[in-house]
Amino acid sequence: MIRYIIRRLLISIPILLIGSFACYVLVATAGNPLAEMRFRPGVTEADLKAAEAALGLDKPVFIRYWNWLADFLSGDWGQSIALGQAKTAVFPAVTDALWTTGRLVIGAELLALTLGVSVGVLAAVRQYSIFDYLATSTAFLMFSMPIFCVAVIVKNYGIQFNNVLESMGLDRWLTTAGPRPGGFTGSFGEVIFKYTGTFLLPTVALMLISFAAYSRFERASMLEILHSDFVRTARAKGISQSRVIFRHAFRNALIPVSTLFSLNFGAVLSGAIITETVFGWAGMGTLLVNSVRQFDPPMLMGWLAVTATLIVLFNLIADVVYGILDPRIRLG
Amino acid sequence: MANINLASEGGVVNSAPESSSHEFDATKTRTQGQLVMRRFLRHRLAMVSLGVFAFLVLFAFVGPFIWTFDYEDVTSKSYQPMSGTHPLGTTQVGKDMLALLMRGTAYSLQIALIVAALATAIGVTFGALAGYLRGFIDTVLMRLVDLLLIIPQIAVAAIVVKGFSGSWYVVALVLAAFAWMSIARITRGETLSLAQREFVEAARACGASTPRIIFKHLVPNMIGSITVNATLAIAAAVLTEAALSFLGLGVQPPDTSLGVIVLENYGQFMNRPWLFWGPFIVLVSLSLAVNFIGDGLRDAFDPRQTKVRA
Repeated sequence: MIRYIIRRLLISIPILLIGSFACYVLVATAGNPLAEMRFRPGVTEADLKAAEAALGLDKPVFIRYWNWLADFLSGDWGQSIALGQAKTAVFPAVTDALWTTGRLVIGAELLALTLGVSVGVLAAVRQYSIFDYLATSTAFLMFSMPIFCVAVIVKNYGIQFNNVLESMGLDRWLTTAGPRPGGFTGSFGEVIFKYTGTFLLPTVALMLISFAAYSRFERASMLEILHSDFVRTARAKGISQSRVIFRHAFRNALIPVSTLFSLNFGAVLSGAIITETVFGWAGMGTLLVNSVRQFDPPMLMGWLAVTATLIVLFNLIADVVYGILDPRIRLG
Repeated sequence: MANINLASEGGVVNSAPESSSHEFDATKTRTQGQLVMRRFLRHRLAMVSLGVFAFLVLFAFVGPFIWTFDYEDVTSKSYQPMSGTHPLGTTQVGKDMLALLMRGTAYSLQIALIVAALATAIGVTFGALAGYLRGFIDTVLMRLVDLLLIIPQIAVAAIVVKGFSGSWYVVALVLAAFAWMSIARITRGETLSLAQREFVEAARACGASTPRIIFKHLVPNMIGSITVNATLAIAAAVLTEAALSFLGLGVQPPDTSLGVIVLENYGQFMNRPWLFWGPFIVLVSLSLAVNFIGDGLRDAFDPRQTKVRA
């Protein structure tokens, strides 16, 4: 197992290197961060040359990539160079954004997984019942739903709910503009109140989408297992229905879903990008949108490198978990 | 299967040859394609969805010739409510929402169809090549898949649109470049097992070339999963394009799309809800219809899962 993990990590190094190089070339050819400077009053050709030299833009792309890579690996992720913005360091900006997104996504995904798996199992056990039809059609509907529309709808009904609370003489509860910097203060009850108010809406929006995928997947794998030979054998031995379902079928039906959970990272990330934009969270999504709009190559490269590394890690986790849960898969 | 039923319904299976041949004559023989077609045509939801999809295509491409307003017409009336002249109201600059929706649907459909067609073509070709030739080519193609899977599609699309062009076909090409990997993996898996079969060996013994074996012998045997995945790729492309455009990083004016229309109007959710719900309903019915068609096709191609009888 350890040997397998080490081998996989070694394989992913060249993939990450080629991937980062491709991204670097893309970002480098997509635009000149100094393009706007040319049109500023009082900027001479010499100023432009000096600015280019300061950023290393006068060197060939291979050398620039090499320098970026060396700096990146030694922990110096550079500074944002978007014009007209404060010069922020890339490393804290990306890690802060990742932390913000992580707080939102991890909770939402765990909730979606729990709910999706329970609904999927119930729907499979009671196949073709009213519950099954309801669950299947809801999941299908949510699966075909554009995430940003769900987020917009959830947000606006949240605001209306707040208005109702206010008209009843209560405080506004739900926040639709991101977590307040500095964390939550006050008594225990107040912290809970603020915490749930801040997290509830984006979590619901993210959850609704992921939930659909998990419940569909769990229902399908549970159905397949329930119709397999070893379940029939278990029934034939006279084992009770609940024991067949929980001890024999359920545990095996969890295997594919657990890998989906780790492989889903890319989809979850794009869902988070949209949810964050709608709810005004300063996470990875907002960072990406802003760095693209202002065209900020160092920030984009930091973003892409972190995301790609995380996806590689999650894929590895998916394979390892699969190997642990399913002894038929031999790793190594 | 129908033959056996007929025979057993007659009670004893008669050993007299003329009687049994009579029974067999009573059943019409159908080709595989006819069977699939029948199963698909009897899938009620898929048929309804096909109707919805056809309606949306007409709405997008024929609608503008019938409807009185053009998407470029700017009336002096900003934010008109729903009325006889403007069934879905007007936008801030006074454009007729219905005309805009037709235009946006047309762009979204064009993008989604191009993405699905390209992704399927690339995915099937690469997947079949990797699975059939194996060895070095397999390794290279599958590493390419791994490579593309670790780069977030939405980020690359945004950078390309920002750096080069926000025309609808650029968006379509970028999305297609990142949409073929799952089809390639599925095709590779099926090719690996199909390539072991005798008919492939026979074709190779006859001297058939690699392209001929792939496109004449392997691909027709995988047509079921290819069609289903191509359909699902359309639905995915509709949603991805809309999400990208909603972030302001996809299709740029003067081109438009359903995502752009939602982006421009979702701020009116509270005061003029029809400006949000109009594009929302078109978007959801488009992706729902395509997903249902895909589901119907899957049931039609895979009789084991079918709930509909042929």
